[in-house]
Amino acid sequence: MTAIASESAVSSRPLIGSNMMGVIAVLAVAYLVPPLFGSEYWYNAILAPFLALGLAALGLQVLSGYAGQVSLASAAFMAIGAFTAYNLNLRVPGLPMIVSLILAGAFAAGIGLLFALPAFRLRGFYLALSTLGAQFFVEWATNNYKWLSNYSQSGVVDAPPLKALGYVASTPESKYFVALTVVAIITVLVARLVKTQTGLNFIAIRDNEVAARIIGVPVLRTKLLAFAISCFIIGIAGVLWAFTYLGTIQAGYGGFSLGRSLTVLFCIIIGGLATIRGAYLGAFFMVVFPLLLSRAGGYLLGDMFDAGVLENCQKITLGTLIILILIFEPDGLSALLDRFTKWLRGLGRKEEHAR
Amino acid sequence: MEEFKFFLEVLVAGLLSGIMYSLVALGFVLIYKTSGVFNFAQGAQLLFAALTFVSLNERGIPMWGAFAISLAIMVFVGILIERVVLRPLVAQTQMTLFMATIGLSFIIEGAAQLVWGTEVHSLDLGIDDVPMDIAGVFISRFDLVAATVAAAMVGLLTAFFRYTRMGLAFRAVAQDQLASLSVGLRLARIRAAVWAVSGLIALVAGLLWGARLGVQFSLSLVVLKALPVLVLGGFDSIAGAIVGGLIIGAAEKLAEIYIGPYLGGGIEGWFAYVAALIFLMIRPTGLFGQRFVERV
Amino acid sequence: MRTDLSVTALPLSVASATDEAASAMTSRGHDASVHPKVVPLNEASTAAAQASKEVLALEGISLSFGGVKALSDVDLSVRSGEIRAVIGPNGAGKSSLINVISGLYRPTQGRIHLCGHTFSAVPTRQLAHLGVSRTFQNIALFKGLSVFDNIAVGRVATVRSTMLEQVFGLGRARREREATKEKVEEALEHMRLSAVRDRLATSLSYGMQKRVELARALVIQPQLVLLDEPMAGMTGAEKDEMSQFIREARSRYGTTIVLIEHDIGVVMGLSDRISVFDYGRKIADGTPSQVMNDPAVIDAYLGVPHEGNE
Repeated sequence: MTAIASESAVSSRPLIGSNMMGVIAVLAVAYLVPPLFGSEYWYNAILAPFLALGLAALGLQVLSGYAGQVSLASAAFMAIGAFTAYNLNLRVPGLPMIVSLILAGAFAAGIGLLFALPAFRLRGFYLALSTLGAQFFVEWATNNYKWLSNYSQSGVVDAPPLKALGYVASTPESKYFVALTVVAIITVLVARLVKTQTGLNFIAIRDNEVAARIIGVPVLRTKLLAFAISCFIIGIAGVLWAFTYLGTIQAGYGGFSLGRSLTVLFCIIIGGLATIRGAYLGAFFMVVFPLLLSRAGGYLLGDMFDAGVLENCQKITLGTLIILILIFEPDGLSALLDRFTKWLRGLGRKEEHAR
Repeated sequence: MEEFKFFLEVLVAGLLSGIMYSLVALGFVLIYKTSGVFNFAQGAQLLFAALTFVSLNERGIPMWGAFAISLAIMVFVGILIERVVLRPLVAQTQMTLFMATIGLSFIIEGAAQLVWGTEVHSLDLGIDDVPMDIAGVFISRFDLVAATVAAAMVGLLTAFFRYTRMGLAFRAVAQDQLASLSVGLRLARIRAAVWAVSGLIALVAGLLWGARLGVQFSLSLVVLKALPVLVLGGFDSIAGAIVGGLIIGAAEKLAEIYIGPYLGGGIEGWFAYVAALIFLMIRPTGLFGQRFVERV
Repeated sequence: MRTDLSVTALPLSVASATDEAASAMTSRGHDASVHPKVVPLNEASTAAAQASKEVLALEGISLSFGGVKALSDVDLSVRSGEIRAVIGPNGAGKSSLINVISGLYRPTQGRIHLCGHTFSAVPTRQLAHLGVSRTFQNIALFKGLSVFDNIAVGRVATVRSTMLEQVFGLGRARREREATKEKVEEALEHMRLSAVRDRLATSLSYGMQKRVELARALVIQPQLVLLDEPMAGMTGAEKDEMSQFIREARSRYGTTIVLIEHDIGVVMGLSDRISVFDYGRKIADGTPSQVMNDPAVIDAYLGVPHEGNE
């Protein structure tokens, strides 16, 4: 399950790497293609949730994929990010977007560390306990403390458009660009992180904590760092989720539930642990799959296929997929992608030989 | 005096619900000791069991029949899980196994609700939730009966482990799989049996909790409270599961009544976790857990 | 019944071992000044320790697990630049000894003097700072990392820059990264691993993996390295190669070596001194020829019952 993490000496490669061309190509496509071909449906139903969920998955990837620690509270940290940004926006007028994003991430990291610290002093699995506690605690807090949602009757508040340097992101397209930029910057930084000595430390404590400690890796500090970075990113993802996708923030039980946390977890399992592209492949799958399923279901079963049936079919399929992946292809979609590209290259070579 | 009586009532109610936590925690300890995994799907099994029972009952099958059929189904499901999901993953890390049980929980929940529907069912086991006056203290009759049933199950299981051959085999496998193999114990069979027993626990606990809370989706979340119980009592200790359950049950109820009002109420959802975390800071190995030395 | 020792066929290799040891000693002092080591916590006491030339000393170490006494009243003294073998039948407490020295086990009694410092329990996370590293019986490589990166992790204690500095490639982070690259390339070359530097460490053969682990332990040019059965499962040729690497570590960096080993041929050819353990006690300590002719050692390996022990 770790084969993909570092198939070459990452720490000896330059930090902006050999993948420069690939990165530029992807960014070019991302910035140029959707405005040309995208419909509102594409923006609202696919690209917006994909970017936000992908970023959350990236955050979880840092913690679980690279550092090997279990967290079940991704949704709670998204909630903290969203509510922080909302309240800052509400109570501190004129606050630049960058600042509120960073503060949203920082709050998520801070509260996360409170829950993580007691667990980390022990063995990693206790983190499941504390993140579960954090998940339920945050849901309760947003439910109980009405001022967080500005005393709204329904518990649902509108997320105002994000503003940066006079640019107001109120159309789906502009929201897309804002989200894309945030995602691109953070992803590049994470890509560099995993090549640094710190990144190696993460993988070391994942693969053999005792050996890592003996070699001198500061285990507790490293785990806390991984957790803080993870929460920071997930907090920002929460802001994107609320502000560029849903357009609303829901307090209480249901808005950022355990189910959502598990969705984020599924992204990295399906996409492949310990790879950056895995987070996004998985997120894309998790966004697109329900849509495809509902189309297929409606087509095959007609009226019998209502929302309840859809949801349960989805659950069954996802659960089965998770188990199949864990048994047969633990490196998920990124492994399949790798094999596919190798096969393509192999074909290319065969052609050359054939000539 | 009134104050004290009230305190006692809350305490007793907490202890009684604590026994039910103990029962569920026992299911977790069983699986953890023999398969080495925290079975996230236990909640889903509970839901499935309760839903099956209730739906059969509603379709006219009498309670004992419904129980027997549900039991058969749960045992079958348990053995199926062991064979299809856990056996292929037997050499993997704890995290992998844990994630597999998460996937499993999705399958079981989805299947349960697909087959039996998503409405909330109320479960009437024929026990009224009336307060009984025992020595001046009011105790819910339902709580008392439920706790008795749970305690009986716990007692039966403990006796099973201690005094029967099969139980001994369970403990052997939990202690040292390699050694068990070498003395001829059929590992696969024992693991399958363990999962079958977990199916039984899921059914009994599902019925008890379902009667209390109604048979609905949130049933599967309640079960997650077994995690703080295990943290307190140690993941591999039966006594710990029992004592831990009692402590968590009591602490939760007391906290809700005495601390809750200052925080706006409803803290039962997370208090158990926070309490366990604070306990962990003081005593990392739990009450009974073994301090085991990692053989390098 | 212990059968992993053939007492008879050794005299030739014993002679060559002592000659080897003698010549290594003269070059040792020479090399030690040339190669810089990781700066230890307390320069002054290290200088003193070097003067007294004692890198490791155990004083009255006892260790119990529940009812089992793994080590009883062990005294041990290893001088700078020495290659010390720890041998004994299975269960004699050898791994426990290494684990005590590396801080994984806390002894119930006694003190450990390590690289100029005294401890009742060695703080594991300070090992690298003290200039101590080790390898493990069951290979402890990081399976998600390449050979290069595995060795690079060994340099963690020398890295002072923060995560942010590293991510943005600022000043000292860049220098440290280059220094690490240099040192790791050096290590790869010395251990003849350059050809596989980009492969996943665990995709290599068993023998190669052991080599990688040794490289990782040596990349900080430690004062003391503890090897837990570094040659287990290797062919004869691989063992010779490994022995050579170990000798080179000593001659190149002046590293002191304590190794647990079962192959007596290897032990005789490689070590300056041998400490023999049985039932958690040290029963002999001396040069290879002294130890091999020690009646207590012969008894231990042939299974003659000791007084008061069975």
